[in-house]
Amino acid sequence: MASHGIEGDEAVAASSAKVTGFRPRIVAFCCHYCAYTAADLAGAARLEYSPSVEIVRVPCTGKADVIHILEAFAAGADGVFVAGCLDGDCHFINGNLRAKPRVALAKKLIAEAGLEPERLEMFQLSAAEGDRFRQIADEMTRRIEKLGPSPAAKGRAKRTDTGASK
Amino acid sequence: MIVAERKPYDEIRSLIGPYKKVLVFGCGGCVTVCATGGEKEAEVLAGQLRITDAKEGVAREYVLKTVERQCEREFLKEAQAEIEAADAVLSLACGAGVNLLSEAYPAKLSLPAMNTTFLGANDSPGAWVERCRGCGDCVLHLTGGICPVARCAKNILNGPCGGTHDGKCEVGEDVDCVWSLIVKRLQALGQMERYREIVAPKDWRPGGHGGPRKMVKEDLKV
Repeated sequence: MASHGIEGDEAVAASSAKVTGFRPRIVAFCCHYCAYTAADLAGAARLEYSPSVEIVRVPCTGKADVIHILEAFAAGADGVFVAGCLDGDCHFINGNLRAKPRVALAKKLIAEAGLEPERLEMFQLSAAEGDRFRQIADEMTRRIEKLGPSPAAKGRAKRTDTGASK
Repeated sequence: MIVAERKPYDEIRSLIGPYKKVLVFGCGGCVTVCATGGEKEAEVLAGQLRITDAKEGVAREYVLKTVERQCEREFLKEAQAEIEAADAVLSLACGAGVNLLSEAYPAKLSLPAMNTTFLGANDSPGAWVERCRGCGDCVLHLTGGICPVARCAKNILNGPCGGTHDGKCEVGEDVDCVWSLIVKRLQALGQMERYREIVAPKDWRPGGHGGPRKMVKEDLKV
C-alpha cells in the first residue's frame, strides 16, 4: 500500500507510484537565490527527494508568470509549484510578494479550466534549507499522487499553434 | 480609458465551441492598460483554453495575435493573414474593436471575449473606477470637476437627493454620494455660488439618446 506514515528518504521511493504505476510530473519554478540553491544543497547533502520534480530555475519568483504556470499544465504537467524566498528576503525586494497573488490567481484560472487548484502551490524557503526543499518536493509529489494524473495530461496536449506576436 | 472585463470562462468556451482554429486576438489599447485584453491576457486565456481542450479531448488550434488597437482599420490590416486563416476570431478588444472587426472582415465570425463595462480611471494599482459616461455635454465645470452623471445613481444634476447619508449613497454603503463630494469640493474651492445655480434638465441627445454618435473632422478626411 501507499507509504503514508513513512517519513524521510524512503517515503517517495516506496510511494504509491509503484502501486498505481503513476509517477507524476511536477514542474517547480525555483528562485535562483533560495529554492534552487536549497535544491542544490539537498543534492550536495545527498538528500534524496522526489524524482517527479522537474526544476525550472528562474531569477526570481517574480518572473514566474501566470502564463508559464498555465503553459506547464497545458503541456501536461500534473502539478506545479513555485518556490521563492521568505518574506523580506527577496533579492529584488518584492518579487516573491508579487508571486504570491499571481499563484493565487493562477489557482483560480486552472480551476476555471477544469483542474484541481491543489495541483498548484507556492512555497517559501531560504537557500540554507536543503531539507525543507526535500520535504516540499516530497509533499507535493504525495499530494499529486493522491489527486492522480492531470485530466489535461491525457495524451499530453500537442501544441500546434503559433506563438504570440505583436 | 475604456474598461472591459473578460467574460465568464464558461461563456467563452461556449462561444468558441464549434470552431477548430481560433484566433485569440488581443488589443494593445485600453484593455492592455486595464490588464484584461492585451497580449499577455490573450496568452493567459489561450493557456486556459488549451488546458480545458486537453482535458475534454478537443482538438483545436489557437493562433495568438495582438495589434496596437483593434478600433483602427490600419492596425486590423496587420492581422489580416491570421484573421482570414481562422475559423473564428475571439477578440479581447472592447465592443468598438469587435464591431470594426466585423465591418472590416464581413466574411469572418468575430466573437467577443470581453464585456465592455465603463469609461474609467485607474484609482489605485489593480483598481479602475467609472468616472465618465460619455454624455456628450460636459458639466464638470459646474461640479468641481466631479461627475454627477457618471457617479450619481440617479444622474441628478441638482443634488443631493434624500438618499444621501453621511456622505454615502443609499445604493450601497461603499458608494460615495457624489453630490456630497461635489459640495465639499465646491466649498474647498470657494465656488458655492455654482452649487446654488439650478441646472436645467439635461439634453440627452448627445448622450446617445439621439441615436449612434459620430464625429467627423473634415480636415482629416481623405
